[in-house]
Amino acid sequence: MNKIISSVAICLLSITILSSCQQDKKLPFYGERHAETVKDAAGVEKIDTVYQTIPNWSFLNQDSVVTTNKATDGKVYVADFFFTSCTTICPTMHRNLMTVYKEFNTNPDVMFVSHTIDFKYDRPYVLKKYAQKLGVDGSKWLFLYGSKDSVYTLAEKNYLVAVGEDSTAKDGYIHQGYLVLIDKDRRIRGAYDGTKEDQVEQLRKDIPVLLAEYKK
Amino acid sequence: MRKYVINSSLLLSVIAVIISCQNQETIDLHNYMSNGKDIYKAKCQNCHGENGEGLGQLAPPLTDSVFLKTNRDRLACIIKNGANESFIINGKEYKEKMPAFPELADIDVAQVMVYITNSFGNKQGFVPYAQVSKNLQNCK
Ligand code: HEC
Repeated sequence: MNKIISSVAICLLSITILSSCQQDKKLPFYGERHAETVKDAAGVEKIDTVYQTIPNWSFLNQDSVVTTNKATDGKVYVADFFFTSCTTICPTMHRNLMTVYKEFNTNPDVMFVSHTIDFKYDRPYVLKKYAQKLGVDGSKWLFLYGSKDSVYTLAEKNYLVAVGEDSTAKDGYIHQGYLVLIDKDRRIRGAYDGTKEDQVEQLRKDIPVLLAEYKK
Repeated sequence: MRKYVINSSLLLSVIAVIISCQNQETIDLHNYMSNGKDIYKAKCQNCHGENGEGLGQLAPPLTDSVFLKTNRDRLACIIKNGANESFIINGKEYKEKMPAFPELADIDVAQVMVYITNSFGNKQGFVPYAQVSKNLQNCK
């Protein structure tokens, strides 16, 4: 009798463990959302939630080559806003992001995109020098230059990161140090304070979780 | 015998004075180190790193004891006024700009300087505030 009870208990236990394993972790969605009627593959109409997405963009990269959203389409990427002469939070942000970059350096599904908000000084060749001195080569980590309007609008409306010129700030600009995680469908799936090591560590753990969502 | 007692007590008190002087310096060093560490974390660590390792070629490490020793009298000026020249640190050239920290009082400069020159493998000992103040008056 005892034997039966214990084997039933073991069975139940293993079922709960297995099913809890199958319950995949999913990252949240950020930004605006609305319901939309869409047709599925069989042509049946259903209501779906549509999330905010990053629009098309076109900037110059650190090699002065016109670069568009095609570079990141179909990839998971981390975006941030910074400027090369920033002496406060940017060195910390990029020091921390560098550890994530090194971890995913060989993964073709992951990219990094840093937008400068210093449209006066950070020309592509300045970005190039910065990237090299930080220790970044190649095009897995893009450093992008664009007009004030295009970059600031993208930051505030699309990536939800506050940026601005401020003559009273130590280096002339103010901005938030968020590292924004974007999925393969251009949706915002995470925002991490790049100056905090524990949050950057979370980003490092969340990237594989996001990649796994696409594995099915 | 009496002479012997007087002599030896004199000797003892001299030793005591020396020891207590050393103790005062140890206490000062301890205070400078702990305040200096706070300043370092708030103002310097972003570029120079938690362990003084620097940041790529953007900011040099603070682990070159020879550089720190040779430039001992200049360190206070570099910390307060920043720098924009070429430094060879651990055999590599660095020439990015370090910002000035006008908000640091002389005592803050002294504390953070004592902190970096006695951390990250450096062991240059104590430098009193008065000395740092004097150095700061002679910045070029
Ligand atoms: C924005 C980044 C930045 C910050 C913040 C910063 N430094 Fe520096 N530091 C540099 C750079 C870049 C150089 C090299 C300057 C040059 O080549 O002219 C440098 C050089 C130095 C040097 C001499 C070279 C060496 O490596 O020994 C010392 C000492 C130093 N910094 C200490 C400090 C201290 C102390 C603080 C905080 C009060 C501080 N720095 C804050 C970027 C920074």
